[in-house]
Amino acid sequence: MIPAAFDYVRAGSVDEAISLLGSHEDAKLLAGGHSLLPAMKLRVARPSTLVDIGRLSDLSYVREDGDRVAIGALTRHHDVANAEALQQLCPIVAHAAGQIGDPQVRHMGTIGGSVAHGDPAGDLPTVLLALDAEFVAQGPKGSRSIPASGFFTSLFETALTPDEVLTEIRVPKAAAGWSFLKFQRRAQDWAIVGVSAVRSNGGVHVGLTNMGLTPLRAAGVEEAVGSGADPASAAARADEGTAPPDDAFGSAEYRRELAKVLVRRALEEAMA
Amino acid sequence: MATTQTYVGQSILRKEDPELLTGRGRYTDDLSVTGMLWMSVVRSPFAHARIKGVDVSRALQTPGVVAAFAGSDFEWAGPLLMAWPVTDDINNPPHMPLATDKARYQGDGVAVVVAESRGAAMDGAEVVDVDYEALPAVTDVEAALEDGAPIVHDDFGTNRSYTWSLTNGEIDEVFSKAPVVVKERYRVQRQVPNAIEPRAIVVEPNMASGQFTMWSSTQIPHVLRTAMTLATGIPESKLRIVAPRVGGGFGSKLQVYPEEALALAVARRLGRPIKWTETRSEGYLATHHGRDQVQEMEIAADEDGKILGYRANILANMGAYLRIIAPGTPVLGGFLYCGAYLGDAYQVTITGVFTNTTPVDAYRGAGRPESTNAIERAIDALARRVGKDVVGIRRMNFVPPFTEPHQSIGGLSIDSGNYPATLDAALGMFDYEQLRKEQQARRDSGDVRQIGIGFSTYLENCGWGPSKIIGNVLNYAGGGWEAATVRCHPTGKVVVITGATPHGQGGETVFAQVAADQLGITPDDVEVLFGDTDISPNGWDTYGSRNAAVGAPAVAQAAERVREKARKIAAHELEVAEDDLDWTDGAFRVKGAPDRAKTIPEVAFSAWTAHNLPDGVEPGLEGSSFFDPENLVFPFGAHICAVEVDTETGKTEVLKYVAVDDIGTVLNPMLAEGQVIGGVVQGIAEALYEEATYDESGNLMSSNMANYGIPGAPEVPSIMVGMGSVTPSTTNTLGIKGVGETGTIASPPAVLNAVVDALTPLGVTQIERPASPENIWRAIRDARGGAA
Repeated sequence: MIPAAFDYVRAGSVDEAISLLGSHEDAKLLAGGHSLLPAMKLRVARPSTLVDIGRLSDLSYVREDGDRVAIGALTRHHDVANAEALQQLCPIVAHAAGQIGDPQVRHMGTIGGSVAHGDPAGDLPTVLLALDAEFVAQGPKGSRSIPASGFFTSLFETALTPDEVLTEIRVPKAAAGWSFLKFQRRAQDWAIVGVSAVRSNGGVHVGLTNMGLTPLRAAGVEEAVGSGADPASAAARADEGTAPPDDAFGSAEYRRELAKVLVRRALEEAMA
Repeated sequence: MATTQTYVGQSILRKEDPELLTGRGRYTDDLSVTGMLWMSVVRSPFAHARIKGVDVSRALQTPGVVAAFAGSDFEWAGPLLMAWPVTDDINNPPHMPLATDKARYQGDGVAVVVAESRGAAMDGAEVVDVDYEALPAVTDVEAALEDGAPIVHDDFGTNRSYTWSLTNGEIDEVFSKAPVVVKERYRVQRQVPNAIEPRAIVVEPNMASGQFTMWSSTQIPHVLRTAMTLATGIPESKLRIVAPRVGGGFGSKLQVYPEEALALAVARRLGRPIKWTETRSEGYLATHHGRDQVQEMEIAADEDGKILGYRANILANMGAYLRIIAPGTPVLGGFLYCGAYLGDAYQVTITGVFTNTTPVDAYRGAGRPESTNAIERAIDALARRVGKDVVGIRRMNFVPPFTEPHQSIGGLSIDSGNYPATLDAALGMFDYEQLRKEQQARRDSGDVRQIGIGFSTYLENCGWGPSKIIGNVLNYAGGGWEAATVRCHPTGKVVVITGATPHGQGGETVFAQVAADQLGITPDDVEVLFGDTDISPNGWDTYGSRNAAVGAPAVAQAAERVREKARKIAAHELEVAEDDLDWTDGAFRVKGAPDRAKTIPEVAFSAWTAHNLPDGVEPGLEGSSFFDPENLVFPFGAHICAVEVDTETGKTEVLKYVAVDDIGTVLNPMLAEGQVIGGVVQGIAEALYEEATYDESGNLMSSNMANYGIPGAPEVPSIMVGMGSVTPSTTNTLGIKGVGETGTIASPPAVLNAVVDALTPLGVTQIERPASPENIWRAIRDARGGAA
């Protein structure tokens, strides 16, 4: 389909991108384009201007940084999946990136685009929420760090302001025990329900994909595990505080039950 | 007379592939014509709404827009062609290309905008102001027949379009006396055909001569030409329809679409070429859908499971209008609710029902996947009831092997068959006993992942289809013959012109194989032309597995006529009597002196120069034929499927799939195998993945490829295809049956039976289609009494 008419500008730097966002009303950043362009072609999204940051190669990196791993926001999913630093120090991120869409999507889509899009059905937002990642955003007034717990505010909405650019994702080293279970009908689909479990300080962090308006933490499950519950009884609380969608992929009722099964399996795998 | 068979039966590579695989194929959307305008269709967002007014003034002010028309701006010579009034009292609403009074499904066209670019046409379409009064909608066939349901076509006062029925034998007596009656209910969910190439149309008018050329991504250029004449009044002699390369159809391009008539009418009105290409999401609304039936299937049997009678009551969703063969589509399966089995009585009742949904029509298999779903699942239910295994119950009810036509209880005269042979061959390939052991081990251990094995020993009818029968018995308005011309060029190269319209099946290859064998040349010497009504003026096109079964015999017959003429010329040149010539090793040879010979290319040159022809023989070497078969053809086979079901999540994986199809003479085993594999994959998709759903207001919920669910390569196993059984058809001299649809006809019940088999230990006896994870999860939960 053909999008509604729009203007296009290419930013040569993050600073230029920020200034372009500030000077164009209804401007949107274009990175990999794998969520934005289909929405524009369906004329669901109608930005006045696209600010293309896809060629800012200095935002494509994965590097160890103290007790963290820093990932540039424009790192493509394929590169995240194959980054040695992540495979060794925070393998759930590399693994999850390798499960996104199909090879074409993974070679175009970026981790920053996935995070900033704020889709509760996306794979990486849940992983990053379970990891307590930090998101570095740069705006006209400088740079700030936003914790994952406060980043995803509603459906397709985040704590980023319209003139901010997400530049970096910082994740802890978490290689002890983890599980990423994505339940979908077809390899290329979004998760009907997804579960990310990461061991942390004797407990476990559990993130849920597509169980509400934002990626969610399964607080009841984490609490139960912390109190010594076995995976099956902890997983029975998987749908607490969730509001799963009813759609063509599955009913809310089915998603609730699926979450319990998947959380149990994820806990068993992460704790093994 | 002996013919030298060389190429038929060989897996030669597809002649069309070098062009298609290197991107040199020209599809309709590749075409541009100078001065061309783009058309965009304004579609109703409501499933059911009164149209109180259409204002195109804002569209006309949009940059690039040249014209815009509402439905009332057109005068049509007639409605879009509906060619199959299955009963005399059918309710058949005239379907005009644009709605004027009411929109009757989401996507129903209400206006068109024409602009200098595709984007401008869409911009204009967005601002056409249509004043709708939304009405309650009905999408489900059973709800549509209830009192007080919204009525789709007010004039009829009912949503019932027709009821077609067939009774053989003493049906009531058989059922009332039978010791065992199983009654099953199945919903055959709606499918979106999803040809890889969306529909596209280009119309070029010649306003001086009054001639129009339409390129369309269609399966039926010949039928379309007649239909366009009926809709627009442009005579057929002034209309040229071209189907260039067509990227699949699966029945969805066996249609006369509103956009085709609109593009022609707008081109005539503006005197400028018009182009329209469907977007994928537009196609989900505006290209016809398939299946969508509610079935009640009963089998009467004795205590041992020997079947006595069959009774089926079918509600078939027609959608909002009757499209070209929509009423007949379920009837194509109406003689097959007994499958490949014996019985004493048979009754099928089919009711076509209007709803506020996209029109439904033929989709790969058309009526036969539906009937096969009913009989192949119900026979499993019978096996469960009488305590027989699913193989044994099929064997004891099979029609025994036959080589002369057999009169089935369903009313068909079946050409030839050996049903146990395909079952034996499939079992031999499947490693059946080992999988049953593995299944038992998992049942014994209470494994979360259970294994199931399912069978489908189907029979179908295809090769559309003897003109007298389809016209006089089935009330179809068209013919069922196929035409071919074989023309030898002076240097001996050959052109085959066929009235079939292949669009992915490999027709160019198999027609060349058939002609090459008849003429003693190679397929490389043969060009096959088709899909252009100026080049191939006569034909009934491609659908219903008729390319090989009806198209190929026509080519063979035309080539034989060429050879018979060539024999006269060869005898004259060799100075012998015709009877003194043998046709061996691709040449006419003098008996006893085989070195004295003439090949067809040699004779072609003589026929062209015409210097030395026998008395009464005209120059040129060319033959034509119209082949009208005496009967349909009846492929059959055995498909076996093994699945693994995660009983906690409901997710199913197909572990193994064996298909043995008896399609009579196989023209090209590689292409036949490809047809079976493609069909089986499409059928697995139907069984496990694909479903078009509407919400209560009639909004299409599965509206694009992201949420419709076509499986990809990771979701399907390799399909093992066996061609171990060949019973030649008696319907045509080549012995061909047909293979285009066997895969989609056979496979869904094999997969669904396997799923039910896997879940039998959990008490599950029934599964909703598609057997999606959620539907399986629900079946398990319900079997456990409501607690998951």
